[in-house]
Amino acid sequence: MEWLSEFGAIAAMQGFNGLSVFCVLLLMALGLAIIFGQMGVINMAHGEFLTVGAYTTYLVSVLTLKYVPELQPYYFFVAIVLSFAIAGALGWLAEWALISKLYHRPLDTLLATWGLSLVMQQAFRSIFGAREVSATLPDWLMGSWMPTDTIDIPLNGLFVMALTLLLTTTIFVLMYRSRWGLQVRATVQNRVMARSVGINTKKVDRMTFALGCGVAGVAGAAFTTIGSTGPTSGSLYIVDTFLVVVFGGAASLFGTIASAFSIAQTQSMAEFFISGSMAKVLTLSAVILILMLRPQGLFTAKVRK
Amino acid sequence: MDSKLTGSSRRLPRRLAQGAAALSMLAMSIFASSASAEVNTTGLAVTDTEVVVGQLHSATGTMAISETGSIQAERLAIEQINAAGGILGRQIKVVQEDGASDWPTFAEKAKKLLERDKVAAVFGCWTSASRKAVLPIFERENGLLYYPTFYEGLEQSKNVVYTGQEATQQILAGLDWVAKEKGAKTFYLLGSDYIWPRTSMKIARKHIENVLGGKVVGEEYYPLGNTQFGSLTNKIKLKKPDVIFAAVVGGSNVAFYKQLKAAGITADKQTLLTLSVTEDELLGIGGENMAGFYASMKYFQSLDNPNNAEFVKAFKAKYGQDAVIGDVTQAAYLGPWLWKAAVEKAGSFDVDKVVAASAGLELNTAPEGYVKGHENQHLWSKTRIGQVQADGQFQVVFESDLIEPNPFPKGYQ
Repeated sequence: MEWLSEFGAIAAMQGFNGLSVFCVLLLMALGLAIIFGQMGVINMAHGEFLTVGAYTTYLVSVLTLKYVPELQPYYFFVAIVLSFAIAGALGWLAEWALISKLYHRPLDTLLATWGLSLVMQQAFRSIFGAREVSATLPDWLMGSWMPTDTIDIPLNGLFVMALTLLLTTTIFVLMYRSRWGLQVRATVQNRVMARSVGINTKKVDRMTFALGCGVAGVAGAAFTTIGSTGPTSGSLYIVDTFLVVVFGGAASLFGTIASAFSIAQTQSMAEFFISGSMAKVLTLSAVILILMLRPQGLFTAKVRK
Repeated sequence: MDSKLTGSSRRLPRRLAQGAAALSMLAMSIFASSASAEVNTTGLAVTDTEVVVGQLHSATGTMAISETGSIQAERLAIEQINAAGGILGRQIKVVQEDGASDWPTFAEKAKKLLERDKVAAVFGCWTSASRKAVLPIFERENGLLYYPTFYEGLEQSKNVVYTGQEATQQILAGLDWVAKEKGAKTFYLLGSDYIWPRTSMKIARKHIENVLGGKVVGEEYYPLGNTQFGSLTNKIKLKKPDVIFAAVVGGSNVAFYKQLKAAGITADKQTLLTLSVTEDELLGIGGENMAGFYASMKYFQSLDNPNNAEFVKAFKAKYGQDAVIGDVTQAAYLGPWLWKAAVEKAGSFDVDKVVAASAGLELNTAPEGYVKGHENQHLWSKTRIGQVQADGQFQVVFESDLIEPNPFPKGYQ
C-alpha cells in the first residue's frame, strides 16, 4: 500500500511537472508568437529581451533590499511591470531604428536581429559584468506546497503557471476582442488593404513589436525564479522558443498553445523514463517528423490566398 | 626589428620563411646583450629589461562568465611579480588576446601569440575544447601553456603545465569522503552532456562499484543549457540515492539548484556532492539555494592559511570587496608564479629548460598551500570538501593528504 501511495505521489508531481514545463514554454513563446506569427519577423534577439526582463528584476531586487527592505516580499510585482515597460520600450526603439527598414527583406531581418542579439549580450556584459547574478527571491516564492506528506509542488512553478494564465488571457482579449487587435489582424492578412481603409500599419507594426518584446520581458522576470540571469541566459531559451512557434503554426496563437503543450508533455514524460539528453533527441525527432508531414505546423490561420 | 622581419616573412614560402626566422634570430643575438642571449636561445621576446607573455582567455562570449576570474588572477600575479623585481631581473609585459568563446579563434590567437609576438609563456584557456584547439599549435611551435581548469585528464603534453586538478584527484577523495563520513552506499550520477562530466562520471562509477562497493542507482546527462529539471527531481525522489553526485555546468547549474530547492530536495534530507560549483557559480545560484550541499575542490576562498589571507586581501583590494575567488581562479593565479619559479630554477626562458625544471618544482607560497610539480606536468595537490553556506562561501569540512596527479588512471577507463 505504501508503495502505491508513493507511486501516486510521484505521478502527481510528474503531472505537475509536465504542466509546469508547458507554462514555461508557452510563456517564452508568447512574445515570439506575436512578433514572428503576426508580423513575420524572425526575431533572433527574442532571448535578449527575456534577459532584459531578468536583469530588470535583479536590479529591482537589489534596489529594494538596499533602500526599502520592508517591501522586499512585494518587489516582484513591481519588477514584472517594469520588465514589461523596459523591454517594450527597447522593442519599440529596435523596431523604429532597425526592423522597420527591413520589412520586405525577411532574411535580412534575421541577420539584423541576430546582430542586435550580439550587441545586447555584450551590452549586458559591459553593464552587469560577465558573471551570473542572482535576484534574491521573496520567501513566498521559495520552497514547496505540500498537500500530503509525499507530494511537493514547487511554489515558483505555481507562480509561473498563474502568470502564464494571466498573460495568455490578456493577449487573447487584446488580439481577438479589442479594436487594436482587429487592426493587427487586418494588417497581417492584407497590409495594402488595411492601409487603404485607414489603418496606420506602421504604428500597428511598432506597437505589435513592442508588445511582443514586453511580453518577453515579463517571461524573463518570471524565469529568474527557475533559471539563471547572465549575459547569455537568453540564448538558452531561443531554440525552444522557435521550436514551439514553428511547430504550432506560425500565424496561430492557438497553435502556439497546443504546440507548447504537446512538446512539454513529450519532453517531461520521456525525461522520466529515459535520460535527459535522449529525451531531447526523442522530442526533436518527433517534431521534425510531424513538420515533414505537415510543414505549415499544427494550426494555420485560414486566409484566402 | 625581429617582429618586422618575421612579419614580412609570412608571405614567403616555408623554407625561405625558416631562413628569415633564423636571420632574425641572428640579428637579435647581435643586437641584444649577451645576458639575454644566454637566457634565451630560441628567439623568444626577451630583452635585458623585459619579457613578453601572452594571456589567452575569453573576455567575450558565453565563457566570459567563467574565464573572467582567471584573467583577473593572472593579472594580479604578474603585477605582484613585477613589483617584486620581475623574473631574472626582467619586467613581465602581457599581450592579452580574446578567444571570444570560439575554439577556432583560440587557435588563431595562439598562433599569433607564438609566431608573431614570440611570447615566452601563455596563461590561458578554460574549457577542454579550447585547450584541444590550441594544443597542436603549442606543440608545433614549442610554446608553453599554463592551463588553470580542473579537467577530465587523459592528456599530457610537454608544452602544457596543468595547474588545476585532473579528474581522479578531484573525484576519488570526494567519493571516499562521502562513503566514509555519510555512510553512502547508493549514488545518483548527474552531469551536463559533454566530455568532462561524462569522463568524470565514468571514473566515479568505477570507483563506486569496484572500490567502495556501492551502487549507482542512476546516471544521466542533460544537454548544455537545459533549464528544466522537474522530471529529474521526481526521479531522484523515486530512487532515493544516499548521494547525488553532480557535474552540471553553466546556466543549467542555476536552474538545477533552484528547482531542487523548490522541489523540497534540500540539505537536511539529501546529501549532494558537486564537482562543478565554486564561489563563482554560487554568485549566480545564490548561496541560500544550495546551503548545506558539498563541493569537492582543491581550493576554497575560505581556506585558513596565511598565504591565502594575503591572496584574498590583494585580490579584493584590486577587484573590489564583493569579488569572489573560485578554485580555477586560484589555479590561474599559480600559473605566473610556477612559471617564475621554473624559469629561475632553469636560469633560462627556453621552453625546454623551463619544462624540465617544472618537474619536482616546489611552491610554498600558493594560496592552496604547498604544491609540487610532477613529471607528468600536473601538480600534486590536496582535495578539500567544502560545505555551502548561505552567504555564498564554503566551510571546509575535510582536507585530504597531498594527492599524486594521475591523468591516465589504470582501471578507471
